[in-house]
Amino acid sequence: MARLTDENVTLAKEIIDRYPRAKSALIPLLHIAQEQDGWVTDEAMRHIAELIGVTPAEVLGTGTFYEMFKFEPVGRYLINVCGTMSCALLGADDLMHAAEEELGIHEGGTTDDGMFTLHRAECQAACTEAPCLQVNYRYRFRTTPVEVRQLISDLRNGRLEDEIPPHGTLARVRQHIPADRGVGAVDPSRVTSPPEWITASAEGGAS
Amino acid sequence: MSEQSVEITVNGKTISAEPGEMVIAAAERAGEFIPRFCYHPRMSSVGMCRQCLVEIDTGRGPMLQPSCMVPVSPGMTVDTESDTTKQAQEGILELLLANHPLDCPVCDKGGECPLQDQAFSHGPGESRYIEEKRHYEKPIDISSLIMLDRERCVLCDRCTRFADEVAGDPLIHFVERGNATQVMTYPDEPFSSHFSGNTAQICPVGALTAKPYRFKARPWDIEQANSTCTSCSVGCEISVHSSRDRVLRYQGIDNDDVNWGWLCDRGRFNFESIHAEGRVTEPLIKTADGHQATSWNAAMSITTELLNESLASAGAPSVGLIGGARGTNEDAWAWARLCTALGIERHDPQIGDGLPAALLGMPRATIRDVASAATVVLLAPDLKEELPVLYLRLRDAVVNGSTRIIEFTATGSGLTRHAWRSIRHGAGDAGSVISATLEDADVQAQLSSGPVVVVAGRGNLATSADVEFAALQKLMTAVDGATVLPALRRGNVVGALQAGLGPTSEAFDTTSTLTAAANGQIEVLVLLGSDPLADFPDRDLATAALNGAGRVVSITGHMNASTADADVVLPAAVMSEKTGSTTNLEGRVLPVAKKVNTPGVARPDWMIAVELADRLGHDLGASSVEGISEQLMSVGAGVGSVWRVPFQASAQEVSVAPKGGYDIDLIVSRVMYDGGVATASSPSLAGLANGRAVAVNPAVLEQFGIDSGEMIRIVSERGSAELPVCPDDRLDRNTVWAAFAQPGRESGFGDVRSLISSSAPVSRVRIERVP
Ligand code: SF4
Ligand code: SF4
Ligand code: FES
Ligand code: FES
Repeated sequence: MARLTDENVTLAKEIIDRYPRAKSALIPLLHIAQEQDGWVTDEAMRHIAELIGVTPAEVLGTGTFYEMFKFEPVGRYLINVCGTMSCALLGADDLMHAAEEELGIHEGGTTDDGMFTLHRAECQAACTEAPCLQVNYRYRFRTTPVEVRQLISDLRNGRLEDEIPPHGTLARVRQHIPADRGVGAVDPSRVTSPPEWITASAEGGAS
Repeated sequence: MSEQSVEITVNGKTISAEPGEMVIAAAERAGEFIPRFCYHPRMSSVGMCRQCLVEIDTGRGPMLQPSCMVPVSPGMTVDTESDTTKQAQEGILELLLANHPLDCPVCDKGGECPLQDQAFSHGPGESRYIEEKRHYEKPIDISSLIMLDRERCVLCDRCTRFADEVAGDPLIHFVERGNATQVMTYPDEPFSSHFSGNTAQICPVGALTAKPYRFKARPWDIEQANSTCTSCSVGCEISVHSSRDRVLRYQGIDNDDVNWGWLCDRGRFNFESIHAEGRVTEPLIKTADGHQATSWNAAMSITTELLNESLASAGAPSVGLIGGARGTNEDAWAWARLCTALGIERHDPQIGDGLPAALLGMPRATIRDVASAATVVLLAPDLKEELPVLYLRLRDAVVNGSTRIIEFTATGSGLTRHAWRSIRHGAGDAGSVISATLEDADVQAQLSSGPVVVVAGRGNLATSADVEFAALQKLMTAVDGATVLPALRRGNVVGALQAGLGPTSEAFDTTSTLTAAANGQIEVLVLLGSDPLADFPDRDLATAALNGAGRVVSITGHMNASTADADVVLPAAVMSEKTGSTTNLEGRVLPVAKKVNTPGVARPDWMIAVELADRLGHDLGASSVEGISEQLMSVGAGVGSVWRVPFQASAQEVSVAPKGGYDIDLIVSRVMYDGGVATASSPSLAGLANGRAVAVNPAVLEQFGIDSGEMIRIVSERGSAELPVCPDDRLDRNTVWAAFAQPGRESGFGDVRSLISSSAPVSRVRIERVP
């Protein structure tokens, strides 16, 4: 587990260049780190700190605020079983038990082969579809213990590779902003007048 | 109060506040204390704890607002005592205590804890929470000096804000979120800031504690006295806390002119050396079997005799005094008068590691001038390492003010990342680099945009003082109206020079006294709280001088290298054991308080001078510290004044030979922790010294095919030293850097001082593989 790869450093630099202050690229770079290794490693955080000129403590402090960044190894598939009210009432516990049994781990654990991590999650904003769960943030609505077992077996056997990429994957199509389309970063301390789009309303507004 | 002051009403009283001032501060000035945890007057307001909620009415009816976040506005009405205010404040305290372990009986903060105090004064008295509290592993080390007990933390953001905003070392940060939020360092990257002790002082609970003080005392057992830190010449205001005749800690006091309440860790924690093992407690006389303790009377008789004899037989030039910059003004004054009375001209408080006293002849600036200057030119050692709190003030001036720094440096410094221009020069060529820089149109425009202050000190101990001073003179001549803040390092160096302990010419300075001693021309060498063997840049000369001097009389608080073989050792009081005053780098005269008794029979330096004078048949005109203080006051050196003695500024030409077979510049400067006696005899600090090493550009390692930590040999015309090497990308390939006075003899590492010759303007070296 490691620092960012050369390829990712190139990407990171491209992202850093989009911001007037390198520090602002912190979150996107954490995403890259998580995509690279499936979770955010200590070495990657150090590397990010170097790239954007902050201390590793600042990277850790900012990163750990966000629940979706993981700072310990997680499986290729992160299963989040919703445990909040609607789902709980409609059998979330049964889903959890089925998953635990099928995977041979307890809630919060990771399988020895590094394939699965099982978490209980707070409301996933799909209460009307309760009980529900997510695999790497892809939903399974109104699901049942039987379906959970099937899901796990499908994942294990690679039958859902196309639908569900490994944990941490951001996108399979990478956005690139061609040089002629970018607005370019402007150092905020150099901005002396309000942005153009404000002038009109400022003039029209109360003064 | 300025014209545009703002009138507000607090609890029915009309008060005037500064525009932009926060309600909490305005109310406090008017005598209405609003409880708070996160608010700190020297840091930005963050509204983190909500304890300062009060009812504020700005015309729309009273509303609860955090008074640390709301600036005063005309006609505002504030009620800090209404029922609603009270209810809000009680509610916040109840919430803060919901997770607080309430382990006050075993907590160091107990008795001086804002949480305790405000729970008592503004709390509900009872809690409705019966739930299990949050648990964490009890105190964890976040550095070798500071411990963190997360259970006690109220998440006020003071420590983390201090680290980020004030010190510029954001090595601690809030991590996690919600109930799990905690202050933390990065794993394996401790909070090793030079200023970490301040966080323990400003933490409003017992979450952060400083190891040297843990479990040592309770506030109610403590006696305090206001004094001044003299570990360097910034002169930070401190409160000395003691109990049962032992100093237990120093706390920073907010002095608006100087330190703003902050201290550096060296100044804060080296009080430990006061009670160290190596203190000299009795007068010692060298005999065939080593040092023997004796009485003051016997020791003084011998000293008197030695002085009398050599003055009579070989005259005043046969007596030399080195040191005096570590004592009080009173000490320096008495010794200067004694020298005058005896006709001794060889006296110098600097150990060849400063700049000529003529520096004080330049128009001088205060810290306030530096912090408000349009341009600050740094021609000085790394302030973060040598004058740490001055670094904080300058950093603040750049980050929060509009000051711009132009830095001339051979290696970069703690302020490089805040410098508008950081310009590199090699050893001995600062002068020409300055001239070239001053031709730049942008630089010229900047320099003429407002007041310019030059912070001037000895940037490189391997370059002679004359060369460095010549560069300064060049700069001062070129920049009209610039003033100087002397960045000389020892606590009372400016006071000692102004009291008359400085040499009247180069012929009497430390270098020339040591040279004379090495040539056998010094009968009595008096070391006044100095250790030339450790501090003089040219080690070989210092060694030859101490061997060549007829007799050595050392007046010292601690045994040190130069004292080990002295003929007479007189035990001296150290700071916190004597009363008087000190003068900081601005010339500001600050109080020094006695809080504990001297160990054994040690005496303050001034007393030794007065008695010697008496025995030698002279009257110094004062025989008590008060008497001396009065004399000082009559020359403008009363506590509280800014004392300036005019010095002759002398101009001189120095030529630096072109590079020969040795083509790498040697840069030697001090870092915060070294082998000096105050650090080395403070157990909490001793381990923090870097240790001996030489830093080189990483490419050099590659060229030699060696790894970091392996030995390399550095050779100069003077000598050679084998040292472990470390890569440092701030250096170019023609420069090597080593920290001065580092411990490491034990491990057999060479001493970089053996490369330095005090008669050479610059030190150049070459690097060789160790065979
Ligand atoms: S450790 Fe102390 S200063 Fe730091 S956030 Fe907690 S309570 Fe505040
Ligand atoms: S900056 Fe100097 S005077 Fe201030 S605390 Fe540190 S050593 Fe003492
Ligand atoms: S309760 Fe499960 S999605 Fe809302
Ligand atoms: S003091 Fe105002 S919110 Fe903490």
